[in-house]
Amino acid sequence: MLKLEGISWSPEDGAQILKHIDLEIQSGKLTVVTGPNGGGKTSLAKLIAGVHMPTGGRILLNGEDITDWDVTRRARAGIAYAFQHPVRFKGLTVRDLLNLAAGETLNKGVICDILATVGLCAREYEDRSVDARLSGGESKRIELATVLARKDAKISVFDEPEAGIDLWSFNSLIEAFGELKRTKKGGLLVISHQERILEIADRIVVVAQGVVRESGPAAFMLPKLLIGEKLAICPRGKEGTI
Amino acid sequence: MNDITRELLKTVAGFEGVFDGAYSIREDGGCAGRKSTENVQIEGKKGAPGLVIRVKPGTPGENVYIPACVTRAGVDDLVYNDFIIGEGAKVTIIAGCGVHSDGEEQARHNGIHRFFLGKGANVRYEEKHVARGTGSGDKRIDPVTDIFLEEDAVLEIDTLQLGGVTHSDRKTRAELGARSKLIIKERILTDGNEWAATDFAVNMNGDDSKVDLISRSVARGDSVQEYHSRIAGNCPCTGHSECDAILAENGRVNAAPELYAGHMDAALIHEAAIGKIAGEQILKLRTLGLSEEEAEQCIIEGFLRG
Repeated sequence: MLKLEGISWSPEDGAQILKHIDLEIQSGKLTVVTGPNGGGKTSLAKLIAGVHMPTGGRILLNGEDITDWDVTRRARAGIAYAFQHPVRFKGLTVRDLLNLAAGETLNKGVICDILATVGLCAREYEDRSVDARLSGGESKRIELATVLARKDAKISVFDEPEAGIDLWSFNSLIEAFGELKRTKKGGLLVISHQERILEIADRIVVVAQGVVRESGPAAFMLPKLLIGEKLAICPRGKEGTI
Repeated sequence: MNDITRELLKTVAGFEGVFDGAYSIREDGGCAGRKSTENVQIEGKKGAPGLVIRVKPGTPGENVYIPACVTRAGVDDLVYNDFIIGEGAKVTIIAGCGVHSDGEEQARHNGIHRFFLGKGANVRYEEKHVARGTGSGDKRIDPVTDIFLEEDAVLEIDTLQLGGVTHSDRKTRAELGARSKLIIKERILTDGNEWAATDFAVNMNGDDSKVDLISRSVARGDSVQEYHSRIAGNCPCTGHSECDAILAENGRVNAAPELYAGHMDAALIHEAAIGKIAGEQILKLRTLGLSEEEAEQCIIEGFLRG
């Protein structure tokens, strides 16, 4: 379980982005963080991954204080993170990245399974360089695949995984999250505005203006979000349009 | 051949005790082994050090190995090799060069190669350069390559300069006939106080000829690299050059591409990018569990391999 206690963050020369965030991500559960753009969701994800270091509060992974751990140490401890904006690499192939993510040389069948989950065919993609010749959607899927390839991830963080994904792949992604919930012991944190992702959540957390505005079980939170709140939730039937 | 040559050959030519085709092994300016085949004749050059390699027309696909090694300080090896490839022949030439020096004097290999490709010939030329040893003297490799492609010939050159070469001055000149195609991919890694220069000059005089120059380099430490290319399109033709360089520490790269279009239908493009490794690339690999140093090495290896 990952626990954030009173987490605050502000960039060196800027205003406070996150203010006293308390959050628990339980193993085997899917937590979805939603809220308006600019509310601090991505900053929260980066704090968990160690990309940003908090200016206040502490982060506990299975009871161990990892607040001061850097990105590498957190990754090795089991925190996996899919960037919102995928990174390109001239020369590194899709297979290279998946092998690095898995920490071993994956066989073709495993690579095929992982890529199929994000709607890509291994035969076409495993030898391709992860560079600017890939479209935005292709890069995004490969980014997601690098997290799916992680072995023994204790916490997997996906920052707006739906961005750049077509409807067919989106359906596949929803299934993948369901499968991850069922088969992996680790916890899942997904930042999303998509109703269909919110629907499969165990818990929904609304982050706005740097604070947790509200949180609770999905069954309780989702109807409220769809009816009363102006949080730019993307409804069913509009997937793949954001 | 001596043990140093044997080790260098493993690196530069994949040598595992035997070559599966015609070969000539050069060691410290002398011949350490040579073999011809029915389709590939290798003989000494008259009046100058070096070889004449003749490939029969129509040869369906063979490997030819012509590695050269310098294994001690004080050797200044100069060699002239001519490759005469018959019409329609298809061969792969593996021509690595290794320099080893434990002394203070300079150790150098300078290979002057000329390629004459007949109509429709298809050649892949692979060349790895590496230098080793504890010597403080320069370890130099200064190749000069002249290329003449007849109609429909295809030459693909893949060069890789690994670490340790303190000084490298590479000059390549090419004349392209009609519908011929030249592809050159070079990858250079320099470190410490190493210096490497590349100078390409390609003249396209045959209609519908095509050239593609791709250079990827990494300059680390206090090393310096110079890149210059000149593509001249004097007819309807296609030319593309791409120079990408990664800088690390105090490495410096000077890239000076030049395009000359002497015909309305000469389509020429150049792309260049020089910069340090992007911080987000390091970060992404660190989120996969790599340390910063491991991430940088991984990015560089991929960049040079790709």
